[in-house]
Amino acid sequence: MRLVLAEDHALLRAGLTQVLEGAGFTVLHAVDNEPELQRALRDPSADAAVLDVRLPPTHTDEGLRAAIAVRQERPGFPVMVLSQYVEQLYARELLASGDGAVGYLLKDRVSDVTEFVEGVRRVAAGGTVLDPQVVSTVMARRREEPLDRLTPREREVLALMAEGRSNAAVAARLGVTEKAVLKHVSSIFAKLDLPVDEDDHRRVRAVLAWLHV
Amino acid sequence: MTTETSTPAQRRPGPWRLTGYAAVQVLSVVPLIVLLVLWILGAALVLVWAGLAILAVAVPATRWLVGVHRRMAGRVLGTPLPEPYAPVPPGPLAWVRPVVSDPMTWRDLGWILVATTLGFAVSLLVILLLLVVVTAPVWWFAAPPLMRLRSQVDRFFLAYSRTERLEQRVQALTESRAEVVDHSAAELRRLERDLHDGAQARLVALSMSLGMADATFDQDPEAARRLVRDARETTAAAIGDLRSVVRGIHPPVLADRGLGGAVQAVALDMPIPVEVQVRLPGRPPAPVESALYFAVAECLANVGKHAGARHAWVGLRHERGVLVATVGDDGKGGADPAAGTGMLGVRRRLAAFDGTMRVSSPVGGPTLVTLEVPCALSSPKTTPSSAPG
Repeated sequence: MRLVLAEDHALLRAGLTQVLEGAGFTVLHAVDNEPELQRALRDPSADAAVLDVRLPPTHTDEGLRAAIAVRQERPGFPVMVLSQYVEQLYARELLASGDGAVGYLLKDRVSDVTEFVEGVRRVAAGGTVLDPQVVSTVMARRREEPLDRLTPREREVLALMAEGRSNAAVAARLGVTEKAVLKHVSSIFAKLDLPVDEDDHRRVRAVLAWLHV
Repeated sequence: MTTETSTPAQRRPGPWRLTGYAAVQVLSVVPLIVLLVLWILGAALVLVWAGLAILAVAVPATRWLVGVHRRMAGRVLGTPLPEPYAPVPPGPLAWVRPVVSDPMTWRDLGWILVATTLGFAVSLLVILLLLVVVTAPVWWFAAPPLMRLRSQVDRFFLAYSRTERLEQRVQALTESRAEVVDHSAAELRRLERDLHDGAQARLVALSMSLGMADATFDQDPEAARRLVRDARETTAAAIGDLRSVVRGIHPPVLADRGLGGAVQAVALDMPIPVEVQVRLPGRPPAPVESALYFAVAECLANVGKHAGARHAWVGLRHERGVLVATVGDDGKGGADPAAGTGMLGVRRRLAAFDGTMRVSSPVGGPTLVTLEVPCALSSPKTTPSSAPG
């Protein structure tokens, strides 16, 4: 798996490169500004990208815009976006830029190396990974149709799915069997009127429905 | 402050119309005397409450009738006279203080004394010059200067002079400057406290954990590992603290997306649906943007806390050199802008830019807060989600 990495802090860039290469990824290009990122993303041999939202020259949201733009040019191109802070607004924009293969995490989640690497893998495989902080703000919303049809347990399962966890990981987190999780998941799909489809794809749709994208 | 633009193109009224004004002025004498009597009566009876009831009628009636004369004087002189009264809040007795402390109230009364004597005489003269047919040629030439003379006297009483307006402006600026200084000092204290109690304290704990881990590594690697794990959790908490401090100073999304995007982001974090309508062709200056952002965020926070609303909406638009933000909700109303320190802070912050806040919140709702700040927008910018720049 060959990655494009964009991060303007030299220390963090080196750290991320080390973490990712240690996990078996190849970092093709490690860049620290937006113009170079644009060039790197045009490299056809890149399989996925890990991007910081804030990059030179303007230090605003060019990383995010680059992510959305590249996914318009190369539909389904996996992008993991990292940021010092998370916004639901940005999460929505990323989710709306294509079906799945997108991640949005706080930068400090990198400190949990195994989970971070797992997140990148999941995104590269077409999954959706959202930061727990984004998920919890959505959770705080008043119940709305069609999500108010879900039981509290199902909402918990959906929240963990939105964070990008597999059934096994959800089961471990909730302290139940994988079979029980599977039951909740199929109940969620039924209640959200999601058509029977390939599993990964449906998980993404459930998350999208939840975020009202 | 109203800008004074003299418009020479504005047509001065001719002798016929001037005589019409004079007739109105003459006929007004009777109601003006009645009003003056009411004022005296009301003031005399104020201690037995009946006076307040009389004044509750006399004040708006006086202001209306004086307003008619103010407009006539403005037309005769070719420059409209601005409505000079201090704003009067709604409420059964809330009008008393602002009316009594408004110098224009007393100038109105002084003007009544002049208008019912000298002014009356001048206006009557204009009419008589016309009615006594032989003097009609004199009337044709004398009516305009006579009416101008009278209008100048009216203006002397009914409008603030340039010097007075400048004095008022200086007064307002002095007050708002003092408030801004207070506000920013309080903000600095808050930041200092947040950093001291938050990130700084956590970093101290972090350094302690690491030091202890360093010391125990050889004897008890398992305990050391626990300490390192603690250290990592403390780091995460410290980062969280710093993040919230940064949000309090200048939210990153405001820097990225400007006022419209930042308000949208706040709306998305609300527990209830918030509809956001942004019609801004450009970006306001950064300090205005920041003040309005925090003002809107504060209003929305209040909606979430107190209103019991099911829906809320935010509008941002720029018209005639004023940035207008409205925050409304369908909650239970009855919001008192003077009650919370938050809203007071909003008012002060906006006052620094000559901005104002109005709250309409009848019991039972809906609540509508209107924030206005005069400012220019920078050159138009394309929508943020379009091609990366």
